Amino acid sequence: MARPKANAPRCILKFEDVSLQFDQPRPALDRVSFEIWSGETRIILGAAGSGKTVIMKIALGLLKPTSGRVSVMEQDVTHFDERQWYDVRSHIGVLFQEGGLFDSLTIEENVAYPLLNQARFMTAGKKPTLDSVRPDVQEALNFVELGNTLTKFPSELSGGMRRRVGIARGSVADPDLFLYDSPTAGLDPITANTIIALLIKDREMRNSTAAIITHRFQDGHLMANFRYNPEKDCLEKLAADSPIRERTKFMVMNEGRLVFEGSESALDASQDPYISKFSMNPARKAS
Amino acid sequence: MLDWLKSPFLTFQEFVLLAGRATVNAVRRPFYGQDLFLQMDTIGVGSLPITVLIGFFSGVIMALQMSRALSQYGATGQVGQITAITLVREMGPVLTALLIAGRNASGIASELGSMKVSEQIDAMRALGTDPVKKLVTPRLLAMCVTLPLLTIIADFVGIVGGYMVAVPLLRLTTGSQYWNNAWRSLEYNDIAQGLIKPLLFAFIIALVGCLYGMRTTGGTQGVGRATTQAVVVASVWIFIVTALVTRIFVNL
Ligand SMILES: Nc1ncnc2c1ncn2[C@@H]1O[C@H](COP(=O)(O)OP(=O)(O)OP(=O)(O)O)[C@@H](O)[C@H]1O
Ligand SMILES: [Mg+2]
Repeated sequence: MARPKANAPRCILKFEDVSLQFDQPRPALDRVSFEIWSGETRIILGAAGSGKTVIMKIALGLLKPTSGRVSVMEQDVTHFDERQWYDVRSHIGVLFQEGGLFDSLTIEENVAYPLLNQARFMTAGKKPTLDSVRPDVQEALNFVELGNTLTKFPSELSGGMRRRVGIARGSVADPDLFLYDSPTAGLDPITANTIIALLIKDREMRNSTAAIITHRFQDGHLMANFRYNPEKDCLEKLAADSPIRERTKFMVMNEGRLVFEGSESALDASQDPYISKFSMNPARKAS
Repeated sequence: MLDWLKSPFLTFQEFVLLAGRATVNAVRRPFYGQDLFLQMDTIGVGSLPITVLIGFFSGVIMALQMSRALSQYGATGQVGQITAITLVREMGPVLTALLIAGRNASGIASELGSMKVSEQIDAMRALGTDPVKKLVTPRLLAMCVTLPLLTIIADFVGIVGGYMVAVPLLRLTTGSQYWNNAWRSLEYNDIAQGLIKPLLFAFIIALVGCLYGMRTTGGTQGVGRATTQAVVVASVWIFIVTALVTRIFVNL
């Protein structure tokens, strides 16, 4: 698909004073504003219940904000109906916190699902067949190193493998924005690091834009300081003046409010007790 | 007072909206034929043995109970008529529906509830399919086809059960008199309400199951809660609706 990606910077996701109130007295999201530009990696940190998943679901149109404006790819989607949203969503890849893999489908059918069901892949109202999309599915699964699990069911895989299938399913349609909700939650440190390595690899190979929700400050640190080396097939540390460092931005959520936004060095420098809990700074280590 | 009424009212409103969307989707592309057949198999074929069993025994019990009362009036010859009318009008539809509510409203609610808490329903919407069309419509259609069929089977097997008691066991009447009596007693009115009721119950069971499943919150515990609520709510509505429909038909 030919479309400008790296060249002209585009505003991929924009929140303007977005609030969302459920039945509880405290709003789940309280006047949150931020922008994600193409090529950027956004790390969203925050305690449990601080509204990270809610941000992601609003960006996908799965939840409707009570007030404020949302734009996706320079298009105001605030008042879109479900039918219009389907088109917007077909350009966004997503990994759900709880997995969201379909238990009743095989891994192959799971990964093929977006290609078979999104309107933009249909020709004259007809769905592609599973056979016709198999090469794309195989490639996406090879990317996450699960190329030999096509006929398995999600229940037969480990937690880390299911996460990787989710990444394959989210990236198979070559999205303009990838939302990862807690990709490393509940995984051992080694598996967690392989997942982050995949995200870095995906960023470099597709020059993708991503938002990564996480509790682990190491995840953000890796994203900001490492790059994928295709020759050696491994991660290597970035030079101190590499532009990729600037393209990784951090934000911290607290009880529905956006309390910090900036680069890793600004995050490390923060003296705020809540914010510094999510950074690598020595004060945190000491306490 | 108003607050107390608000939540059931909102639930009812959601129910009506879901019913509307699921019905409209039945005639709109894309169609998920495979899902429909799968559901007809789980609901229809899967429930057949238990429906036959319950239908048979309700006929047996009816004939046994009636044998005492009818012999007091020397009207044991009417046993076929009484069994047929009670079964076709009321017992067949209501017992079958309660059975299917226990078996499938709970099944639907727990299946959709697990999908909700593991974010599969969100994933469906995110990946280009409408969960109402993909999950609710096939279940509703399958229920509308299979529940009336199951009810007819239960009615028939029940009348056979009544025959077993009335003729070989208690010798209340002859076989031909039993069948003649049963067959001729049924009027259009009885058959009409015997078929309208299961159709309405099908809407209740499928949609209550789907609604409570899709509204599930609070992890696996929530799935258990949704399942229980779905069965209770569906059963209560089955009784309310049968009372209303019977009221209308009594006046016809
Ligand atoms: N569908 C919903 N209905 C009612 N309240 C909700 C709903 N979804 C989220 N909330 C509330 O919104 C708040 C933020 O939830 P959210 O899921 O965004 O947290 P989170 O930051 O993703 O937490 P975690 O790290 O545990 O995933 C919580 O207080 C939660 O109870
Ligand atoms: Mg979350």
